[in-house]
Formats: sequence, structure tokens, C-alpha cells
Amino acid sequence: MAEDAEPALPPKRNALVGLLLASVFAVATCGLIYELLAGTIASYLLGDSITQFSTIIGTYLFAMGVGSWCSRYVRRGELRIFIRVEILVALLGGWSAAGLFVLFPLVEQFRPILYILVFAIGFLVGLEIPLLMRILRDRFDFNETVSNVLTFDYVGALAASLLFPLLLVPHLGLIRTGLMFGLINVGVALLLLALIPSRRRLMREGILGLFVAASLIAGFLFAERIQRWSEIAAYGERVIYATSSPYQRLVLTRNNDDIRLYLNGNLQFSSRDEYRYHEALVHPAMGRVARPANVLILGGGDGFAAREVFRHADVKRVTLVDLDPAMTHLFGNTSLLTMLNRNALNDPRMHVINADAFRWIRQTKDRFDVIIVDFPDPVDFSVGKLYTETFYRMLRPHLAPGGMAVIQSTSPLVAPAAFWTVAQTLEASGFNTRPYHVYVPSFGEWGFILASEQDPGATARFLPDNRFLSPDTARQALFFPPDMARRPVPVNRLDNQALVRSFADEWAKYEG
Amino acid sequence: MALGHRLRDGRFPEPSRESRIPLLIVGGGVAGLAAGWRLAEAGFRDFLVIELEDAIGGNARSGRNAVSAFPLGAHYLPLPNEEARALRHMLKQFGIITGERDGRPIYDPLQLCADLQERLLWQGRWQEGLIPRSGLTDKDRADLAAFERQISAFSTRCDASGRPAFAIPIAYSADDPDLLALDRISFAQWLEHKGWTSPILRAHVRYACRDDYGTEPSDVSAWAGIHYFASRRGFTAQGVGDNELTWPEGNGRLVRLMAAAFPNLIQTGKVAFRAQSTSSGEAAVDIFDAAADETTRLIARAAILAMPHFVSERLVKGAGGSAASHSYAPWLVANVTVERAPAGKGVQLAWDNVSASSPSLGYVVATHQNASREGPTVLTWYMPLSEMKPSSARRLLIDRTDDDWKRIIREDLLLMNPDLDGAIRSIDLWKWGHAMIRPTPGFIWTTAPAARAATKPPFFRAHSDMSGLSLFEEAHYHGVAAAEAALRHLGHKFETLI
Repeated sequence: MAEDAEPALPPKRNALVGLLLASVFAVATCGLIYELLAGTIASYLLGDSITQFSTIIGTYLFAMGVGSWCSRYVRRGELRIFIRVEILVALLGGWSAAGLFVLFPLVEQFRPILYILVFAIGFLVGLEIPLLMRILRDRFDFNETVSNVLTFDYVGALAASLLFPLLLVPHLGLIRTGLMFGLINVGVALLLLALIPSRRRLMREGILGLFVAASLIAGFLFAERIQRWSEIAAYGERVIYATSSPYQRLVLTRNNDDIRLYLNGNLQFSSRDEYRYHEALVHPAMGRVARPANVLILGGGDGFAAREVFRHADVKRVTLVDLDPAMTHLFGNTSLLTMLNRNALNDPRMHVINADAFRWIRQTKDRFDVIIVDFPDPVDFSVGKLYTETFYRMLRPHLAPGGMAVIQSTSPLVAPAAFWTVAQTLEASGFNTRPYHVYVPSFGEWGFILASEQDPGATARFLPDNRFLSPDTARQALFFPPDMARRPVPVNRLDNQALVRSFADEWAKYEG
Repeated sequence: MALGHRLRDGRFPEPSRESRIPLLIVGGGVAGLAAGWRLAEAGFRDFLVIELEDAIGGNARSGRNAVSAFPLGAHYLPLPNEEARALRHMLKQFGIITGERDGRPIYDPLQLCADLQERLLWQGRWQEGLIPRSGLTDKDRADLAAFERQISAFSTRCDASGRPAFAIPIAYSADDPDLLALDRISFAQWLEHKGWTSPILRAHVRYACRDDYGTEPSDVSAWAGIHYFASRRGFTAQGVGDNELTWPEGNGRLVRLMAAAFPNLIQTGKVAFRAQSTSSGEAAVDIFDAAADETTRLIARAAILAMPHFVSERLVKGAGGSAASHSYAPWLVANVTVERAPAGKGVQLAWDNVSASSPSLGYVVATHQNASREGPTVLTWYMPLSEMKPSSARRLLIDRTDDDWKRIIREDLLLMNPDLDGAIRSIDLWKWGHAMIRPTPGFIWTTAPAARAATKPPFFRAHSDMSGLSLFEEAHYHGVAAAEAALRHLGHKFETLI
């Protein structure tokens, strides 16, 4: 019998025992769910799932061991302690998924926080079974108690391991899964509280329990907002960073050593093959200008084009105009990314301007030897205006005599009408053009168009240590097979953005 | 509104002084300003424009706040037809036409309405264009196609001397009897006769009639209704020509450009309340200066009355037609300042955004022509009060409180764009009691010509009321025509632009 001072369950009620065993099942399921959540989130955020799952499971079980060991220090009041443990597990475990996602972009050292959280949850879960066994010890004989409790514990684990990948993550998502199981934990605590006759003694626990339950329910309802706020995409993407600037949504993903940037869901680069794209973008133009001292880059806030530009010794000044300060800040200040772009955005010769290129080009007075136009694809009318005859006409006066411009013009294989519309528009604006295309695995066939006052010609000087763009590759790039050949297309205008429409049509057909 | 209503009640002090001037223009709306522009263009500067309100521009007035300039009424000019010679001459002078190719004008691309021009909220999604594209029955498609064909036929039709059946300005239109007969029935009746009962077509026609005329199709003459669709043949070297010119301040841009041709010759806050011929065949106009609280009698050798008919009839007794023959549509316009531009499911934000299920005509975005689309903007929301008698609607405009109107506008906007919830900063109302002439059956080809004929020198009239269609092109035409007629009357040499 429990002591007078401590609250205890009413004696001799079999339905109650069933309920307790059911709660063993519940807490066991929850325990495994938190472990799986931590492992899954860790492998998303940190990569390398084998290491993450191993270390998380190890830490968790170790912490459970520590918790079980510490259960000996609970001399009395097992029920009260158990209820408190449940409430704490609900709080920590329930909010663990949301918390990890939210904290990841905010903290310097994510790993220590991850392991401390896993340890804390594991510790509390480790306390649960010994305490439950002691609570039940007077209702069964010892052998039966041990057998019953551990049976339900292990069977609970099976339920978790099946539910998690098949039902919970695809339909609820990681954050809601955590919150739901937190509710189960606190539900067990509140249910037990309801059954205790001398309830008044557990007033504090009751209030705390209700408070935690309320926060979990609120979190469940607003999980969408939490997800949006922490800006992590749904199940399936290994996102390491995400943010919404006023202009666009930036998402960085990592898959082993392949780092990718998505702007509003559109791939901008893959670190594995971006050198092909950027060498092809920069060097044909740079190599056609005698002394490319003053260079303008429009777009290209990731700094990769700039990296290629700085490989030329003649370069004295690079002006980069990108709309989004979030982009240039990210690529100028994150060590992972400055390593990739060789810190081009912080080069002393670099001058970064965050402005709308359409407005900026109208008010600048500078002239440039090379103009590199690396805008995002013309997916909507706002970006589309940067591909209009009006824009190109405004660009022309800023090309110095003997200067060369190059424009990223999307895929001539997937969207040939769009590609050739850019050429047509450049020509209508008074440029002479020379198009070319290269193969970039993560994009497919991709096209660029050289533009200048004179014919850009077929030859250029190339740096000796290009990884992709040799003189031979560059020469081959000028030839277009029949399936990418030029066709009659309209000129893209501000008041009739044919490019945006043909681009959307062609990509829709391609993507089905 | 107060000074205008005082004109209705007619109690002004008698003239305390007298003055002479060769030419007087009464009214500083588009017609009066166009007349002034035409005179300046002919080298004639001996005139004065007086305007009742504090600001010139009439229906083309504009406002501005910290976020953007915005229109109070008229907000765009469709690309003029080939026959609108005087207007094209003016646009070329203003630099809005930047050149020519193959004899056709090239327009400044930054003043042409940028893509996406218009979108429609239809069945929960925004689609491009204002005619629904999905959920159409076979009857809908058939009627729309047949209507399209008929309009196309009217659009290309010319009479024996090459005049278009439906021209803008109307003055250049053909007057074949079978075409004029269309003016005797309503647009709704004409559609009935044709058997075009598709609700989609009817809804679009209703939108068109309310959009340009502030009137229901059952009260619009068939000629005017067909004119809306068949008269637009934008004459340009670039593309199809069915675009329009627009600016953040709407047609206020054109007002400013016209007034710049004769800067010191405009006086505002002055109301003319009496006009009569003198024995020597001159025009004596009594003008009350609200600020100085005194009346001056201006004697002019020619006077152009550039005001709506319901005003000019108070000035000059019997100036053509009775009050009952001219009816005017009341409108409510609201400029709504919002924290961020609305979006919505489907195509992205356009310049003109209309909802198929709203009683309003939707809204235009004042900052649409700007390069960037971020940040706060001003939405100009339009609603013609066409469902009741104009006089009742006018009562309602005044009787209903501003707060009630704002609530209605807010709800309408949020129904169209739920994402604007919490983003509406302020709503500025503009009530137009007599916004525009209603082209009721018989007005354009019977009433209006009679009214025109009734005005004799030294008085000349200039207003879109004379055409029966409240369009910039019509007001401009009459202003130019009146100016040329007045110059002829004064014996000043010029070469006609018309």
C-alpha cells in the first residue's frame, strides 16, 4: 500500500490495471517515436543518415540507461514522479521536432543541442518503465509484472516503427507527429491524475499538465506556421537552410557533397556541376574582350560568376547587381558557400549593389567592358521584364566600345521557342548575337547568347586551367542540332511578354 | 460638391466688375483643356480657362499619397484609331508616340500597359483575360463565337466613302440607316433578337456596359453597346493594337501634359453661372470667384462651354435639349492603400483585376507600371451604381455614411483577395454624382445631334456629352473641334488637325 502522505491509485480495480498497461504501450510507442524523429531530422539537417541514426540511437539508449539507473533515487511517491516525468516528456519530446527545425538555422553549434535534447528525452523515458513497474508491483506478482510491462513496452515499439514511415511522416509531417505523441504522453499523465482519489495533492502537476497539453494542441494547429517560419520544406528534401526574403524563397539543400540552391523552388545550381554552367557563362564573353577591366554582373548573387570573372588578371572592378540582399548576404557570409565561390563577393575589386536591375540600369552612368546577365528564368512577368526589348535597349549604352554581353537564355532543348525569343529580342534591340549551348547535368542542355555592337565572332581566348570550357568545347558549343534549331519567334515586349508565355508552355509540356 | 450645388440653386451676387477677352473657355476638364491645347498649338494665347473645382481635369483628376499617385476617375487611354488624327498629333507632341514605322506610330513601351493587363476571378481562380475560359457549355461557346464574329464584321465594315461603321471619335462614323437603327433599341434587346442568351456572354456584356457607360445593358443603346466592342482598332506599328496607355495617376497624366501647353491661362475655383449673347454678338459670361466672393462679367468674342449638359443648361437657358433628355450615371471610386500587393490562386496580379461574382468592377493597381512589385501599393476600386435609377443612386451616395461605404468596399476586396486581410491601410472615397452621360437608346443619334445644333456662335460647346460616350477621345475631339470653330469665328488662321 502507498503511504498516507503520498497520493496513490485506488486499490483493487482491474480496469485500472488494464489502463496502466495500456499506458505502458503508449509511452513505449512515444519513446520510440521521439528517437525516430531525432534520427530522421538529424539526417536531414546534417546529412549522412547512417552516422546520424547510429549516434542518435546510441545516445538515446544510453540516456535511457542513465534514467533507469537514476530511478533508484526515487525512494517514494513513484506515481507523482511518474506523472511529472510524463508531462516533461510531453513537453520536450512533443516540441522536439519543431524545436530542432527552428533552432537549426539560428544556432552556431547544432550538434550539442541535438544530443543534449536526445539525452534529456531518453533520460526521462528511461525513468518511465522502472517507475511503472514499481507502481504496479502490488497488483500482480513480480514475475507477471515484469513480463507484462516489458511485453507492452516492446510491442509498443513495433507500433511506432510501422506507423512512423507509413502513416505519420507522409500524412502529418515531422513537426505534427512530435506534437501528437507529446499529447499522448501528457494525456496519460492527465488520465492518471483523474483517477487518483486524493487529487488535491497533485494540483500543481494537474495545472502544469493542462498547460503543456494546451501548448501542444496549439502547436498542432499552428504547425503549418511553425513550418513556414522555420522555412523547412516537407518530407523529402534534405534542407539545410531556408529563408523567405521579401523577394523570394531561398532553400539550400545538401545531399552528401552536392549542395543545391533553389529560388522559389527553381534550381539555381548544384555544387557538383555548377562549374560547367559558370565557365560557359563567363569565359566566352571575357575571352572576346581585349582587356576586360570593368565587368558588370546582373543577377548572379551566388557569387559563382564573379568567381570565374576574378580568374582573369585584367579585371579591375566588378559591379554585381542582385535584387535580394538575403542572397548576397548568405553567399558572402556563410563559410560553406564562400568556400564554393572562393569568397568572390568579398573581393576588394567587388562592388555589390542590391537593387532591381530594371530600375538600376536606367539611372547608372557607367560603361562596362563585359556585361554578364545571369537572371533567374523568365517564370513570371516580374522577371520577364528583364528579358524585354525595352530592357536590352536600356542595356546597350552601358556596353563600352569593343565590349561583350552574354545572357543566360534557358534551355534550347526543352524551351527552344523561349531561347530563340531571347535572341530575337536582343537583335530587335540592336545587338549582334552569337548563341551557344552546353550540357550541365543538373540542368540539361543550357543556352547562352553573346551580344555586342559588332558580330561576337566564333573565337575567343580561354584560360588554360578551365575544367570544362576548352577551346574545343567552346567551338562545339556554337553548333545547334536540328532539335534546337532557330525558328520564327516574336520579340518579347513589356506590354506583351511572349517569352514568359512560351517558356511556361514549353516547360509545362516537358514536365507533363 | 458644394459650389456645384450652389450653381443648381442659383444664388450668386451680380457682377461688380467687367473685363474683356478674345476667347473664354468655361470648364477645365478634358474637353476644355483639349481646346486650350489646340489654341496654343495654333499659336493663339489670348484666352482664359476657368474651372469650378480647385483642380483641373474633370473626370481625369488624380490624387497622390506617400505610396503612389492614383486616378480619381478615368485611368487609361486605349491606343487611338487611325481616324483619331488630332489625338495622335497630340500624343506625338507629348512624346508618348516616339516614332513611326511604315507610317504607323510607335508608342513608348514604358507607357503601354505592361503585361499582365487584365485577369478575372472565375470559379475561385484567377485567369488571364476577362472572358471566362473554363466551365463553358456548348451554348456559351457558340454564343461567344457568334458574338465575336458579328463584332468583327461590324469592326471592319465601312460605308461607301470609307468611313468606319463604328469609329472613335464617333464623328467619323458612317450613318447608314441600318446602323443608326441600332440606336433605337437597347443592347439587351439586340442580344435577345439574336438569340444569344448565354449567361457568360450576357455577364461579359453587362460588365462592358457598366465599365464604360455606368449603365445596365437594358438601358444602353445597341449602337453604343456594339461600339464598345467594335470600335477599337488601335493604330500602331507594334503588335495587335488592342492595348492601352496607362500611368499611375491615370489620365491625370494627359491632363497635366495638356495644361502644360498654356500654363498661366487657367483659373480654378471660379464658377460661371450665367451666359448670354450681347447685342454686338459677343458672349457675356458672369463668373463668381469663390475665394474673393465677387462676380466678374467677362465679355468674350467667343466662348467655349466645356461642361456637361446638366451644367450648361443652367448657364444658357434653352441650350439644346431638356434636362430629362440627358441622364447621368453615378459612380463610386475608392483608392485603397494596401501594405502589399494582392496575389491569389492562378495567374499573377494584373493591372485590371475583376471578379465575376462581385457587384463592383474590381480594381486597378496604381503601381503596375513600376519596375518592381514589392511593397505597398494603391488599388483603385470602381463601382457604377447602375442597378437603380440615377437619382436614387445619387441619393444613396450622399445618404449612406462613408464608414458604411468603406465597409462595403473592404468586404468586396477581401472576397476577391483574402490575402489582403490586415493589409488595408486606408480607403479614400470619391463620389461621382454625375460621372458620365448615359448612352440610352436614341441619345447618340437623335438627342445629341439636336443639342449640338442648338448651340450657336458666339457660343461653342465641347464635351463628351455631345457624343453621348464619356470617353477621352470624344472629349478631346469636341475640344479640338470647338477650338477650331472658335478660331474660325475670330478669323485666326490655322491648319485643321481634325
